[in-house]
Amino acid sequence: MNDWKQLCALDDIPRLGSRVVKSPKGDIAVFRTAEDDIFALHDKCPHKGGPLSQGMVAGKVVTCPMHSWKIQLESGEAIAPDVGCAHSFAVKLEGETVWISL
Amino acid sequence: MKKQKLVMVGNGMAGCRTLEELLKLAPDLYEITVFGAEPHPNYNRIMLSPVLAGETKFEDIILNDLAWYRDNGITLHAGKQVVKIDRKARKVIAADDTEASYDRLLLATGSSPFILPVPGKDLPGVIAYRDIADTEAMIEAAQHHSHAVVIGAGLLGLEAANGLKLRGMDVTVVHLAGWIMERQLDKTAADLLQKSLESKGLKFLLGKQTAELVAGESGRVAAIRFKDGGGIPADLVVMAVGILPNTALAESAGIHCGVGKMRGIVVDDTLQTYDPKIYAVGECVVHRGIAYGLVAPLFEQAKVCANHLAQMGIGRYSGSVTSTKLKVTGIDVFSAGNFMGGEGMEDIVLSDPSGGVYKKLVIQGDHLAGAVLYGDTADGAWYFQLLKNQQSIAEIRDHLMFGSNHVGDVGHAGQVKAATMPDSAEVCGCNGVCKGDIVRAIKTHGLFTVEDVRKHTKASSSCGSCTGLVEQLLASTVGGAYQPSDSKNKPVCGCTDHTHGEVRAAIRDQHLLNIPDTLRALGWKTPNGCATCRPALNYYLISSWPKEAEDDPQSRFINERAHANIQKDGTFSVVPRMWGGLTTPNELRVIADVAEKYQVPTVKMTGGARIDLLGIRKGDLPNVWEDLGKAGLVSGHAYGKSIRTVKTCVGAEHCRFGTQLSMSMGVKLEKMLFGMWAPHKVKLAVSGCPRNCAEAGIKDIGVIGVDSGYELYIAGNGGIKTEIAMFMCKVSNDSEVLEYSGAFLQLYREEAYYLERTCHYVARVGLDYVKKIVVEDATRRTELYERLLYSLQDYEDPWAAAVAQPAARREFTTLEVA
Repeated sequence: MNDWKQLCALDDIPRLGSRVVKSPKGDIAVFRTAEDDIFALHDKCPHKGGPLSQGMVAGKVVTCPMHSWKIQLESGEAIAPDVGCAHSFAVKLEGETVWISL
Repeated sequence: MKKQKLVMVGNGMAGCRTLEELLKLAPDLYEITVFGAEPHPNYNRIMLSPVLAGETKFEDIILNDLAWYRDNGITLHAGKQVVKIDRKARKVIAADDTEASYDRLLLATGSSPFILPVPGKDLPGVIAYRDIADTEAMIEAAQHHSHAVVIGAGLLGLEAANGLKLRGMDVTVVHLAGWIMERQLDKTAADLLQKSLESKGLKFLLGKQTAELVAGESGRVAAIRFKDGGGIPADLVVMAVGILPNTALAESAGIHCGVGKMRGIVVDDTLQTYDPKIYAVGECVVHRGIAYGLVAPLFEQAKVCANHLAQMGIGRYSGSVTSTKLKVTGIDVFSAGNFMGGEGMEDIVLSDPSGGVYKKLVIQGDHLAGAVLYGDTADGAWYFQLLKNQQSIAEIRDHLMFGSNHVGDVGHAGQVKAATMPDSAEVCGCNGVCKGDIVRAIKTHGLFTVEDVRKHTKASSSCGSCTGLVEQLLASTVGGAYQPSDSKNKPVCGCTDHTHGEVRAAIRDQHLLNIPDTLRALGWKTPNGCATCRPALNYYLISSWPKEAEDDPQSRFINERAHANIQKDGTFSVVPRMWGGLTTPNELRVIADVAEKYQVPTVKMTGGARIDLLGIRKGDLPNVWEDLGKAGLVSGHAYGKSIRTVKTCVGAEHCRFGTQLSMSMGVKLEKMLFGMWAPHKVKLAVSGCPRNCAEAGIKDIGVIGVDSGYELYIAGNGGIKTEIAMFMCKVSNDSEVLEYSGAFLQLYREEAYYLERTCHYVARVGLDYVKKIVVEDATRRTELYERLLYSLQDYEDPWAAAVAQPAARREFTTLEVA
């Protein structure tokens, strides 16, 4: 099912930061938490399409730089009272290598 | 580990709020059991008046539904009254013999209405006004009877009277004192209020003492008789003459309780009773001799009590300052503090009887001691804050009466009186939230603070200019329960209980140098903070320990990380610095070349006299900078909480009126301040003569050239709320302009809270304070100035740095996947 593609080294993504991945499915934001968990979301805030990749990461949440919606990295769901969801993509870390499945 | 057992007796607002706070802090510490005498889950008692008035239904005022108890694993015994506490065996016993043992017991038994000890007090048709059962009895009575008498013209009595009138009854309010709400209003305001209530059809009998309630043929109450002999018909009597803390259960268990005026379960600053295993909160307690009957103080108690139950042990309750707000639709009354005045106090009064406005401010020395507002309560929250913080009003005394909103506010069509706005009127111009949306959310979600309203509606969550209106809506919807936000003791964000001031002090005193250490040292509740606190911490670190602290790019907003301003489509705008607003043909040529080469869609002049290139893709930024850098252009920091621009007029260089060389002064200032990070953005202007073409009157520092030197103005602002800069001092030459301006800005950098503009900072500490340090104290001025220069020395243009360091380019490049 999962068609894993090698993406980058873990250290290519800053801790508590993200990188943008150009893909056939549009821009994807790949996030790295303080604990080195990796998550990937469609790089568009469900609110007004702001680039989530440019937001600030804390815990497992990214805050959109446009209007400060808070989006959960695991599910892509906005935190209440805001309602909406950014599509999430499967990612995995093997050793120091990050893999993504579109 | 086995969970400890927490039992709560009383299922009301104070108790449930304590549980909510506790569950936030320590969700798994206790197995919780709750006993409530009423057969309902916890509901919003202060919304009973709107239920009575027919504006809201009971279902809408439930705060914690049964699912909440279930979801949090709380055992609820609704409708079971606890009759005994066995402290030795550590258990409570209910009337139906249900037992529950405890490790910690929380008493939240509330209060009971005081019933006048007069003959006839037990007749059918005589009720108090306390719970939903009373409210339903009143609604029922209104359907079958016509004459209602409310005894007591306090807050609750007037709200009951108003509700019964709206239900179609003929209502008379009987009151012992000479004017209504005598505990909250002076006579003038009370008379205005009475007149307004009379125009709604209520009748008043003042100075009347009840002697007896008389039964009619059916056995139901039929009339009320007074001590002076008179009487009126009454087939519903509502007693609203005060409340008594419920202490019987605690007393029977031997827990110390106060009597008389100090009646209540006695608690200390940690909300513990004389038995340390037993806590108490709410209307049943007396703390430092005061029993509170308003919701706001009870919530403060709940927070502290939860902190101790969660074994964190850092909260302390030291009493509350309360304010009063009547919730009768269409009438605005506010009072707080000592509103009667007295010896050693002065009153400032504004009285416009036919306009329906009365305001009295009571002043003691340099402080506001109390306030009564009638008709226009827009500034109630502001006065309350001044009162609570004991802030000096010496400098604003002459315009104190006109409130905080009398000039310059934008974003809500000049509206400053929420009560007169229709439901469809837009309150929050940023997020498009109307009055009706906010009021509905307050009622149905049980909101009490501006923070709550922000969370639920988004109103006041962007630029904040409508905060005053939202405060008014809260005040008029929930009345006395509204808790104006405590700006002085406000935590930085939800991640901590520490205030900005405490965090700054800790970073300085403990020599903290990075964010993880700071979070650990201050016991942050979240592992990496959030988008609100991290930028603040980062600023406090780098400003307290320049050249030592780590500047964490991931704790900066994207604009400061990418050295450009993000736009709505995700592209960026680039503003090269033009020192003092000056440029050259070569710079313009390079800018034009860049605009063409990178197909910049929009080129615009900014308000700060420089050129903005809008619509640049993030990946192009380093190349754009590299090209601009060839002509010597550097970052304009149009994106930062930092020095922005120094705007200048032409000045004596060319202008026939100019007295000083304003352009060169501006350039000197801007060169000195290059790379200065600050709590918020900082803008300066220099004008060469008092005609002030550089508009220095609305800048953080405005410099005005006069023949004999320069006048320095500080703390102006041209933003959400226009603030006129205030005169700080006069200096005689350019180097003094640099020194005094630098010292003021360093003081601001060291003492202001993150996101506080200079106008907010100076409003907080006072202009006199700033003058004492910057103008009158030469030693401190020099030290401040030197510290500023030290932290700015060797600052490198961030654009040049990003171009030079390949590692920094990672921020601007993307990854690919097929």
